[in-house]
Formats: sequence, C-alpha cells, structure tokens
Amino acid sequence: MSAYDVVIGIETHVELRTASKMFCGCPVDFTAEPNTAVCPVCLGLPGALPVPNARAVEWTIALGSALGCDIAAESVFHRKNYFYADLPKNYQISQFDLPLCSDGKLDVEVDGVPTVVGITRVHMEEDTGKSTHMGAGGRITGSEGSLVDFNRSGVPLVEVVSEPDIKTPEQARAYATELREIVLSLGISDARLEEGSMRFDANISLRPPGQQELGVKVEVKNMNSLRSLQRALAYEIERQTKRLDADEPIEQATRHWEEESRRTAPGRSKEESSDYRYLREPDLIPVAVSRETIEAVGSGLPELPAARRSRYREMGLDFEAARLVSAGEGLGGLLEAAVAEGAGAASVANWLTGDVMAQIRSLGTPVEETPLTGARLAELVAMVDGGELSATAAKDVLAGVMAGEGEPRQIAEERDLMQITDSGFIEEAVDRVLAEHPDEVERLRGGDGRLTGFLVGMVMKATGGKADPRQVSEMIRSRAGA
Amino acid sequence: MSDPADLTISAAGALLRSGDLSAVELLEAVLRRASMTEAILHAFLTIDSAGASAAAAAADEAFAAGDDLGHLHGIPIALKDNMVTRGIETTCSSQILSGYIPPYDATVVERLKAAGAVIVGKTNMDEFAMGSSTENSAYGATRNPWDPDRVPGGSSGGSAAAVSAGSALAALGSDTGGSIRQPASLTGVVGMKPTYGLVSRYGLVAFASSLDQIGPLTRTVDDAVTVFEAIAGHDPSDATSYPGPVPDVRTALDGGVAGLRVGVVRELWGEGTDPEVAAVCRRAVDLLADAGALVSEVSLPSLEYALSAYYLIAPAECSSNLARFDGVRYGLRRAGSTVEEMMASSRHDGLGPEVTRRVLLGTYALSAGYYDAFYGQAQKVRTLVIRDFAAAYGDVDVLISPVSPTTAFKIGERTDDPLAMYLSDVCTIPSNLAGDPGISVPVGLDSGGLPIGLQVLAPALGEAVLFRVAKAVESLAGSDARPALATSEGAA
Repeated sequence: MSAYDVVIGIETHVELRTASKMFCGCPVDFTAEPNTAVCPVCLGLPGALPVPNARAVEWTIALGSALGCDIAAESVFHRKNYFYADLPKNYQISQFDLPLCSDGKLDVEVDGVPTVVGITRVHMEEDTGKSTHMGAGGRITGSEGSLVDFNRSGVPLVEVVSEPDIKTPEQARAYATELREIVLSLGISDARLEEGSMRFDANISLRPPGQQELGVKVEVKNMNSLRSLQRALAYEIERQTKRLDADEPIEQATRHWEEESRRTAPGRSKEESSDYRYLREPDLIPVAVSRETIEAVGSGLPELPAARRSRYREMGLDFEAARLVSAGEGLGGLLEAAVAEGAGAASVANWLTGDVMAQIRSLGTPVEETPLTGARLAELVAMVDGGELSATAAKDVLAGVMAGEGEPRQIAEERDLMQITDSGFIEEAVDRVLAEHPDEVERLRGGDGRLTGFLVGMVMKATGGKADPRQVSEMIRSRAGA
Repeated sequence: MSDPADLTISAAGALLRSGDLSAVELLEAVLRRASMTEAILHAFLTIDSAGASAAAAAADEAFAAGDDLGHLHGIPIALKDNMVTRGIETTCSSQILSGYIPPYDATVVERLKAAGAVIVGKTNMDEFAMGSSTENSAYGATRNPWDPDRVPGGSSGGSAAAVSAGSALAALGSDTGGSIRQPASLTGVVGMKPTYGLVSRYGLVAFASSLDQIGPLTRTVDDAVTVFEAIAGHDPSDATSYPGPVPDVRTALDGGVAGLRVGVVRELWGEGTDPEVAAVCRRAVDLLADAGALVSEVSLPSLEYALSAYYLIAPAECSSNLARFDGVRYGLRRAGSTVEEMMASSRHDGLGPEVTRRVLLGTYALSAGYYDAFYGQAQKVRTLVIRDFAAAYGDVDVLISPVSPTTAFKIGERTDDPLAMYLSDVCTIPSNLAGDPGISVPVGLDSGGLPIGLQVLAPALGEAVLFRVAKAVESLAGSDARPALATSEGAA
C-alpha cells in the first residue's frame, strides 16, 4: 500500500442499445458494412440537424434514477468543440453545466467493508466514428493513411461521472462492477468492456496524508476489462508513489494502459491542452422532463442488483453465491424458478455457481438460450438431494439437459445413472464383496478404518456405480461389526 | 402581352390556369431573361435548365390533367446556394464546397417541389451568408440590376438580383442579420424573414443556427404570402421548428391599417441614416397615418448594443457550425503530412477572408477566460433586446424603420472596411436576435434612382399583422419602378 492518500474518480461511458442513434434514425448496428448505417445527420453533412432520441433520454433517466440522482426538469445540450477526423461535425453534442441527472450515489463493498461513492452527474452525448490506421501497427503516427467508419457516429452514449470518493484499486473495480450490473439489470446496454460498449476512464492523484489540497491528477484510459482497471490503478499508485518518494513531480497527463506490458504510458500531449469552447447547442431546445415521466421511470425500474442480492441472502444464499447468481446473466431467473418448483435455494445456488456457470462458459451461449429451466434444475437437485443420483452422475445429467437431451430423470434413466436405493440388492452386493475379501474384513474389524473405503469401492464397482456410497459404507460397517 | 418574366406569381398563376400561358413558356421567358442579364449580374451560380424544363413540362401536363397543386405550381423559383439540393451542386459560394453535390433536399426544397414549383437554379451569395453585399463570393460578386456598378446587398444578393431582374418570379433567401431584407431593399423587391422556427432549417447550411431563418424574396407582398405559406410549418427534422399552427396570414391581409398602432423606432432612424432614405421612409409612414394608422414613436434602448452582441453571437455559432468543413468527407481537400495539417490547409485555402475573420472572432469569443466577457455578455444583451421588443409590442402592433441606412453602395466601396459593411445591417439585426418576423417593402427611389425599402417588424408569430401592414404600405407608398436591366429593352 502507498504511504500517500489515494484519490480516484471514474468516468464511465455506456453505449445504449437503442434501436436508432442519438440524433437521427440510423440503426445502431455494429455488424453492418462500414459506412452503411449512416445518413446526412450522423455524417455531419452540410445542412443536417439533430433530433434527440426520446428512448435514449428515458434510459438515461432510468440509470440516473437507479443511481439515486436528481433528474432535471430541464437540461441542455452543449457542443464540445474539437477537431478530429472521426468526429464528423468537429464538435460532439454533449451536456455541460445542465446535465439530465446529477447528485446520486452508488454503494459498493470490498471484503465486507461498505463505501459510498458519490455520483456527480449522468449525462447524454453522442459517440464518434471509428478510425482505422493502416500500417504502423494500427497507430496514427507513421501510418500510411486512415479509414473512418461512421457507423458508430451518433450512437447514444451515457456518461456517468463519479465523485473522487474512491481510495483503492479494489474499490474502483467494485464500483465499476456494480455500475455494470446496474446497467445490465436495466437492459439499456450490452455493457461489454472488451467491445467498448462500456468504457472506464479513471482520474487518480496522490497526496501526503493530512494534506487538504489534491495532488496532480493523471487520467488513465484504455482499460478494457475490470481486471485491467484494477491493475492500471495499482500500477499508477506504485509509479506515482515512487516519484513522490523521490521528490519527482507528477505531470498532469493522460496515460494509456498497455495490457501486454502491464504499465501505463503517456498519451499525446495535445489531448491535454484542449479548450472545448462549450457552446449551448443552438440546434436543439432544452430537454424538458415532466414530473410524471420522472415518477413513471422511477417506479418502472426493475429490481436493482443490491436489492436482489439481499433478497437472495434472505433466501439462504451466502454472500458470494448471492453476488454470483445476481451478477450472472439469467442465473437469478433460474434460481427463482427452481425455488418456485420447491427446490432448496442454497442447493440450487451451488449448482448455478458451480456446474451451470462452468457449462455456460464452455458452451459460450447465454443460459437463456440453453434448454435449462428452473423446473429441470429443481428436478435435478431433488434427485441428488433424494439420493437418487450421485453428484458425479448429476454433472453428466446436467450436461445432457443443457445439450437438449430431455428431462433430467429421463436422461439419468437412459444413461443408466440412477442410484439404486433397493437395500436388498445392495445388501446382496455387500455380502458378496465381504465374502470375497475375508482378510480385509478381518483387518477392518481389527480397527483399520481405511479399509472401509476399499470395500465401498469394491461394492460400487460391483453395482456399476449406482449405489449410494454413504448407504454402502454404513452397511459394511454394520455387517462387519466394525 | 408584356414579357412573362416580369409577371408576379399571382398574375402568372391566373394565365397558367386560363391557358394563356404555359409553364414551359413562362420558364423560357425567365431563362431568356437570365441569359440576357447574367453576364452582367451574375445572380446565379447554377442554372438547372434541364431540371427546370422537366418540372415545367410536368406542370403543364398536370394542369392539362386537372391536377392543380396550387399557387406555386409551374412558377419558376430560385434558391440561395446555401439550401441543399439533391443532385445539384451546393457551394454556399465557398471554395471549400466546390463541386459538392448533396445527397438530399432541404425541407424547403421538398416543400417547393411538392407545391409544383419549378426550381430555376442556385443563386450567388456572400460566402456562407457572411456579408452584406454579395462581394464575399468565391465565384465573383453579383451586381445590382438598378445599377451594375453597385452591389445588390447581401448576403442573399443573388436571389434579390434574380427576382429584381426577372430571372425568377420568386426566390428563397436566408436571413441571419438582415440577409433577406437588406438586399430586397437595395434591389427594390419584397423580402421577408419569418418568425424563428416557422420555416424549417433542415438542409439550410448553417451560419448562426439561433439566428438563421429562410424566407421569400418576391415582387409583391401577395407573392411573399404565397411563398411563405408554401414553406412554413412544423418539420420534425428540425428540433427548433415551431410545433404549433402557422399563423393565418391571408384572412386579414387586405384589412388595411386603420386603427392599427404603428411604432416608429427611434433608435433605427439614427445619425447614420441617409437623409433621402429617412425622408422616403418618413413619407411612407405619413401615408399610413393618413390611412388611419395610429403612429407613435417608440424607443428600444438596448438596440444600441444589438449590433455588437450580434457580432459576437453569430461568429461564435459560425465558428462551431463551420468546423465540419475540414476536407475529410467532402469538398476541397489539400494534402498534409498529418490529419491536422490536412484539415488546416484545406480550411486555409477553402474559406475566404470574411469567413476566416468570423471563425477566428467566434473561436476567440468562446475561449476559456473570454467566454463570460464576450459570448456570455452578448447573450445578456440578447435577452435585453427580447425584453425591449416585448415591451414595445405591449404598446404597438408593428414597428417601422428603414431597412438599410443607405441605398445600394458601389462595388468595392466597403470591402476594405468590415465595420462600415457591418453597419449595413444595423436596422435588421435586432429582430434576428429577438426571433421576430420582419419584411422589407419597396417605397420609392432616391434621387439617384436607387430603391429604398421600408421595414415592418412584428412580434413572434405576428405574420398576419406583418403582412397586412406590408400590403398597406405597398398599396399606399409602393413603387412600380423596375430596374433598367429588367426591362426587355434595357436588357437587350
């Protein structure tokens, strides 16, 4: 840990998955051929004018409400002026001093310690196009030329700005994780970090303990996973600590996280000296939001992750299981459906966080798109808990269910995996095994408990693995009189 | 019959419907007039003979089939070159848009086409509508049909000259600080700026978005009403478009001025006003009073600062609006070793001196540390101007002033003195700041035979009273004089 006080604030950009763009009717489509999902508005052609997307406004209000923000009855769009080849108007329509949502908070928890991170503002803006530089390893410097795809130009973005309330890389990660889960639960974005539909920029500064004045701020960009956000901040704390210890100055700068070398590198100095000459967007009128709309959006919010987690804990899940089930796409629905079918919540959660998650990962499809239902999961759990199916066999049955082979019981029967609970059949097998191994039985009677395992194994083999090992073990001990 | 090129829209419409004139004949007359005058005037950048002929032929077929689209059907109309036209070069008189062919029509163009109008071509203008003389065109100045040594005013000077000369029966212009009314005044035609938001700006290449408004230039007030009705109305593609109904401007059009309260604006008849202009305008006001108007003098003290505020607000918006002309996607592109260099040299070579001056001025006014002192302060003045107008309209129905302090000035006379040029718009700028409608009506000539326009101003959405008073001015004080170049004799 650093001997300095660490101050971190995070700016998050969320790409909304509305059907159309922020200021025109073009589809939001990242699979389209380059420059086909475009029109005069998002290409910045002479004479074209923006018209705000009402759905994007509504979704921004939803996110603001979920973060406990005040929603402005009237907010204003501004132009942020800067020249860049993939910014077709050479200004970005954004919000400045009158954002749609402001003054909220987000509760996060690291190792059981809660922290409140203030939310300064949540505002709307438009995305830029995408540049591809040819040659020079994809960097602009030294490249032979650049191609610009304007399909992304004008895609609605929501920017969430946190207060500088974050003190550790772990808290930063917890904040980002929680914010992402809220966005997912609202269904307003894919929130895929690796694809850039959710992007985090962090501002970090260090100061000696007790110092009121903030240290020099460094902006860190280009973290495309939650882990790299945490790593980048840990790296910066170390880097800045060393410099401060050595009495070297921290340059106010933008630094880029480089995943391969696991370090931050300075960006181009031009990016830092921008004067955006904010201008109230004269092509748009203020966004007026009625009290009724604010109330309707607020009351229409789905259950948020924090509430869902605490409900799952009340159902009997431990902290980690509640977190995993709540965060995993579709897992919460399965849990609730299985419990409704009479299954025990904790058992279901074990399956969800273990084998189900592993299967989803290896299948690479969302759980909603597999044949696994709450009813099937409940049946599987009931079979295991009722001793009809061994845990090992149950894994095979689950794989069968997810492969679309049918109902758990039917699969278990077809694969001959049902445990035999007919004690007469098991007794017969135990008696036969004991008769075949008189020496081992003698040693067991002599107090060598290790031989129970050996004998159970022989019985399991004899029954083709279909006996319940606990039942067999008990039976051997009582027969052998051990 | 006199030359059809000299007809008003209403007169031509009657002949088209009686069968005494075909749309093709009307267009031919207009194109003939253009071919006789263009070498001198240079009102047009593009004449779309083929497209216009097809539209005129289609109009004749429609008339024959009994399919009448209304007043503008078959009427040759010119468009200022800052309204985008699908498939027809649109340059805003700038090098940076040289060769630019838009893929879509401006809303006003769509509406004119839907009304059956025949689009003659695209008219010359001050580059990106910045100027008051049409000398700031990258493709050469337009001359005044009344005196080719003089400017036609600007920035819609090409539209004004075309209508004045008979190369179109009407034209659309755009008015950011007087760019319809001032050239109308200097060329002896009617020019009207509607209430901000009544006519869609979609497809109008923006100069200063909060001030720009499209409007008609015509030979008569009746014709201005006709064109206004065709282009006004809510457009969902323009978020600043007024969503309510367009004022009914026809019912009370001939109501006269008896009993109407007319305010003469003290601040707009100031020292800079040419005495002849003042006298001709004063005479028109006296005629209104004789006709029963209740004339009084009113004062709007904030107008003293309107020009200064305008020259901060308009350049600030223009600096942002014109940023898109960077050579990346369309228009002129110069090579550069980096993208910044490419953009900078494309803009350097593509934008003319007046545009560059205003972009720099606006960039400065918006810069950190200067914003409050310049742009912020100008916005406060704008608020005061709006309040002053609102207060004045509590006491009077319309306001009256000259349109321009002087008649048409000589080509080159003010090109070296931007401030003198800026003063050309001192009477027209306040209503752009307020968003109110205004109109220029010809009321006579000065001793040199140059036209003088009277300005009528009304409150926002006050088009009904605006046109009504304008029509009264026209019938009481209007001038029937035509420019020398417009008569077949003079043109030949």
